[in-house]
Amino acid sequence: MSFFKKSPWLIHYDGSSCNGCDIEVLACLTPVYDIERFGIVNTGNPKHADIFLITGSVNEQNKEIIKNIYSQMPDPKVVIAVGICATSGGIFVDCYNILGGVDKVIPVDVYVPGCAARPESIIDGVVKGLDILEKKYREFKRKSNKK
Amino acid sequence: MHFVLPIMGFLIFFPLLVMLGMLAIKNRSIRGWAVNLSAFLIAAASVALLVLRFNAREPLRYAVHSGLTGHLMTVASLLITLYIIFASVRDKKYGTLSLAVIQLGCFLTAEIMMDGRGEAECTLLLDNLSMIMVLLVGVVGSLICIFAVGYMEKYHRHKQMADRSREFFAAIFAFISAMFGLAFSNDLTWLLFFWEVTTFCSFKLISYARREDAIRNSYRALMMNIAGGIAFQLGILFLYKAQGVFELDKLILLAPEAVMLPAVLLAFAGLVKSAQFPFSSWLLGAMVAPTPTSALLHSSTMVKAGVYLIIRLSPLFKDTPAGLTIALIGGVTFLLSSLIAISKHNVKKLLAYSTVSTLGLIVLCAGVGTYQTIWTAVLLMIFHAVAKSLLFLSVGTVEQGIESLNIEDMDALIMRMPKVTLCLLIGIAGMFIAPFGMLISKWAALEALIKANPMLSFFVVFGSSATLFFYTKWMGKLIMIKEPAQMQEGHVSGDEWFTMSSLSGLTLFICIAFPLISSYLIDPYIQYVYHQGANMSQSNEIIMLIMLALILLLPLQIFLQSKQKKRVIAYLCGANITENKQDYEANLQYHTAAQTTKEVELRNYYFEGLFGEEKLGKLGLILSVVLLAVLFGVVFI
Amino acid sequence: MKVLIPAVLFIVLAPIAGGLLNGIDRILSARIQKRVGPHLLQPFYDVLKLMKKENVIVNRSQNVYVVCFLVFTIFTGVLFFTGADILLTVFSSTVAGVFLVLGGYSTYSPYSFIGSERELISMMADEPMVIMMAIGMYMVTKSFRISDMIAYGSPILFALPGIFIGYVFVLTIKMKKSPFDLSSSHHAHQEVVSGIKTEFSGKSLALFEVAHWYENIFLLGTIYLFFASNPMVGVVATLAVYFLEICIDNMAARVKWQLLLKSSWLVAIVAGAVNIFVLYLAEYL
Repeated sequence: MSFFKKSPWLIHYDGSSCNGCDIEVLACLTPVYDIERFGIVNTGNPKHADIFLITGSVNEQNKEIIKNIYSQMPDPKVVIAVGICATSGGIFVDCYNILGGVDKVIPVDVYVPGCAARPESIIDGVVKGLDILEKKYREFKRKSNKK
Repeated sequence: MHFVLPIMGFLIFFPLLVMLGMLAIKNRSIRGWAVNLSAFLIAAASVALLVLRFNAREPLRYAVHSGLTGHLMTVASLLITLYIIFASVRDKKYGTLSLAVIQLGCFLTAEIMMDGRGEAECTLLLDNLSMIMVLLVGVVGSLICIFAVGYMEKYHRHKQMADRSREFFAAIFAFISAMFGLAFSNDLTWLLFFWEVTTFCSFKLISYARREDAIRNSYRALMMNIAGGIAFQLGILFLYKAQGVFELDKLILLAPEAVMLPAVLLAFAGLVKSAQFPFSSWLLGAMVAPTPTSALLHSSTMVKAGVYLIIRLSPLFKDTPAGLTIALIGGVTFLLSSLIAISKHNVKKLLAYSTVSTLGLIVLCAGVGTYQTIWTAVLLMIFHAVAKSLLFLSVGTVEQGIESLNIEDMDALIMRMPKVTLCLLIGIAGMFIAPFGMLISKWAALEALIKANPMLSFFVVFGSSATLFFYTKWMGKLIMIKEPAQMQEGHVSGDEWFTMSSLSGLTLFICIAFPLISSYLIDPYIQYVYHQGANMSQSNEIIMLIMLALILLLPLQIFLQSKQKKRVIAYLCGANITENKQDYEANLQYHTAAQTTKEVELRNYYFEGLFGEEKLGKLGLILSVVLLAVLFGVVFI
Repeated sequence: MKVLIPAVLFIVLAPIAGGLLNGIDRILSARIQKRVGPHLLQPFYDVLKLMKKENVIVNRSQNVYVVCFLVFTIFTGVLFFTGADILLTVFSSTVAGVFLVLGGYSTYSPYSFIGSERELISMMADEPMVIMMAIGMYMVTKSFRISDMIAYGSPILFALPGIFIGYVFVLTIKMKKSPFDLSSSHHAHQEVVSGIKTEFSGKSLALFEVAHWYENIFLLGTIYLFFASNPMVGVVATLAVYFLEICIDNMAARVKWQLLLKSSWLVAIVAGAVNIFVLYLAEYL
């Protein structure tokens, strides 16, 4: 059995958010919600992470950065868009600098809507992401066994 | 046994012939062949001497009927001193002038007052300690000569100066002859003569480039070493007047209380020659000389002459206040030099401070004088000479490749000069990593000092962590991987490769063969002088061999790595310019917040505020001057 | 073969014990912070997950250094638990540290570079006190062999109180616990990103973790030496020191390297040197 479900490490990146969703993400690490009991750890480093948690939408400046960080993450990996800005652009979707949600630059696996998304929803989204992570791992193993 | 004396004579006289040849031969490539051949013959003779004396327990003594030789030495000494006086007048170096005049005066006085001494019972002595010096000069020294052939050819092009390498090689071979003479001499007046010749050769070699800083530093070295020479001369004079003795082996057997003043004067000369505080500035300044000089004189051989003398004298200093004071001078030098080395950007200065600190450790061990510390001191001599000369020579090659001696310019050198960097890494490892030589010696020093006097071991405790720091951060710079890399080692000549690879191999070999070196070379000397054997336990030797095997074999797994691993860029918070994995150069550039692009620059810590030369140098100066005053003070108590 | 059994036991059991201790560490820290904390076996889950991840590299040499680091850490522990010379054991752990630092340097990445520099400063800071500990041990037991120290009749702690305090001080550095976790924070997971571990992933990161478990067991072993004459007390005392480290970790904020270096050398001089000096005087009076 793979241990991804038991020990998912995440990296959190803030696109162009108002920080509301970021605060909710950090709240998950506090004693009230305590996601460390699921083995979840917030590493700041893409090379250590399995889950890419993005808040805020994509603009010209962070387009390359998001692609950069995503490419540095080793397989298998999932992307979770937290908050409506990350999902589709939110209330800023018509702004001249906003390109849209995260899926405009990288493939997203789980969308967690909300403005700001609540910690319960975020945790729910991460748990859904873990199932997808498992599936991706099996894909990854099959591909590397074939080689 | 009949061959030993001829070989000793060969070792002293043959380099003198080569010196004349160097001055005479005008064609560079013939000169190069002559150097290589001579170096080979000298090395072969040294090894032959080792084979003949293998496992010998008693020293060999020879009395040379020194009538003519003595006169020749007197004439040569006068000529050298007169030349120095003439040169210091010409170059307006009045400090050196006054000391040279004083030296002339002391020399003539001694010659007159010691005129009726007759011949020494034993002029030349060959025991294991001399044998070790012979090997260092004969093998390591010869390798450096071979290196110098290739190196000096490019040197003149780089430095844009006239090619005077005839004088260079002449001075080198005169020096080698004098070192052999020094190693064999038992008659103190002969020892002093060879000692002064080495000072003179060092003077000529440091000033080789004829630049203003070279000349200034050569006079500084000359002045300090003349002061040491004066002390040496006075020591011989006082000894003869008090005891009628002028031979080293007889001196060591006398009662320490009776000969403390001469012994301290000789030890003072040794401290100056080995660039201990407060005399270290001459060695630091000598780094302006061409690299082969730094390797030969100022790390493996000439400075070893100073500690060699102190090791010889150590039975007189054991358990005396003078011995403790000498040990403290060595300890302070060791600790402060290691700390100052952290702050050095110039790699030759770093290596110079490292040399001074190792010599300080040897002096510390010699001052304490138990059989274990002396065993350690001799070990340190051997291992340091090999590893440090390798480092200096490799650094010289690096300098010619990248045109810089600054550590900050050596980023990712392993990509640009892989083979030279490998030699550098072996040299650096040889200086401080277990189980290589210097670490073993430091370990032995630690254990020996703890058993003798634990307070003295504190020097080693703090000094060795400093050593760890500055060598590892240098190594870190060298092994960085930065692509693309432009190869810069094409200029390295065959002579240089030969010497660097031989010294690398020798560094590894003496680490593996360390138990043999200890039992067959060092231990007999310790047994003879101290009547006790010193060695490392067998279980520790096995552990060391395992560690060496691990260090040498584990890195080889890099060749086993599959090429399939996915390569990504370094983490720069996602601001890397491109995620295209092929474009490595751009990967180390990043977008700044101001919408410009910048390259990644990584610079080491140097801690100039904490460990700067000014602060610590001053502290060292004060401490060592006080200790010197104490040293001479305790003689009269 | 007297050597083989402790060696094998160490190689096999130390990672298990180390991982469990790590788990206890995380649970205790969480409880101190009024959280629930992860499962006790979480460190093992982490390592096993890391083994399954793709191993991405920045250059081909970096993983070699991590393997060397692991091998030498294991070798250090083997040397310790088979009762070898204590100074040689310390030097072996220095070699392991040098390989780790070189691994951080090799990647030419700013964060791992700073992590390596800080790791080197930490090594320079703790080495004097560690060697003083060895000196103190020799002065009490008259031997450098760890086997003699374990067999020593009375508690070594009573003769070496200063050294014990100093050693526990630098233990914080060696275990990479706050306030001395400059090179790569263990609990916060983010200090100069991941410091020296920044560019490592997958299997090599897993080996890194396992090496730390081996190292922790070795370090706790050195604490045990102070109490070795009474094994029960020794084990309890060692665990108490570990608990103390966890508490210090949670109470203290990370310091800058200047304070780290100066304070640990000061402690080495005051606590260590004075202790040795007193023992030296006692011998000669």
